[in-house]
Amino acid sequence: MDEVFRALADPTRRAILDELTARSGQTLFELRVRLIENHGSGSSRQAVSQHLAVLQEAGLVVARREGRYTFLNLDTSPLEEFVRDVEQRWRPS
Amino acid sequence: MRIAYTSVFVQDQDRALEFYTGVLGFVKKVEVPLGEHRWLTVVSPEDPDGAELVLEPDEHPAARAFAAALVADGIPCTSFVVADARAEAARLAALGVVFTQPATVLGPVTTAVLDDTVGNLVQIQSVNP
Repeated sequence: MDEVFRALADPTRRAILDELTARSGQTLFELRVRLIENHGSGSSRQAVSQHLAVLQEAGLVVARREGRYTFLNLDTSPLEEFVRDVEQRWRPS
Repeated sequence: MRIAYTSVFVQDQDRALEFYTGVLGFVKKVEVPLGEHRWLTVVSPEDPDGAELVLEPDEHPAARAFAAALVADGIPCTSFVVADARAEAARLAALGVVFTQPATVLGPVTTAVLDDTVGNLVQIQSVNP
């Protein structure tokens, strides 16, 4: 659960999730162009790779190797448990 | 000074020529035997006197490593301008061309990225109307 909190805490990582929601299965190249075009975020390859590593730790992004290419897929299933946990934990009594 | 040539490293010159002419639609301009390989260029039929694309053997190990690293990240080695990237991507997909990025509107342009079958990704782009 800590990994999901951490993953969602950064605006660039939220922007990455926005773009993978628009289309899952992107190359790193497409993702970086989308971040620049749609979020004005000119993060370096290194920075985007680090953000992706955090998202992958949280299970929100899965890198799928297909032959010579690598595609980045969105997996929102960790969010279901996350939302449930937040609702139960801080629901006013 | 002007730009007359630009190169792509290709794994096989025959297959490259087949793809760049038969599928993408360029035409062969120069073919000169050069040792084991050839000086091989294609041009656009829309601009036959324009810049020539050299289909250059990827003989050097660094060229192969470079191309593979770009492909892994989905980065095109070059980009060609078309009238309508969406329509052109549909035409090429119907011919069996593999795309790593389908036609996508990105700011003022529409782009798509395809596999040239000889080691590279190539972008096509058009300016949105």
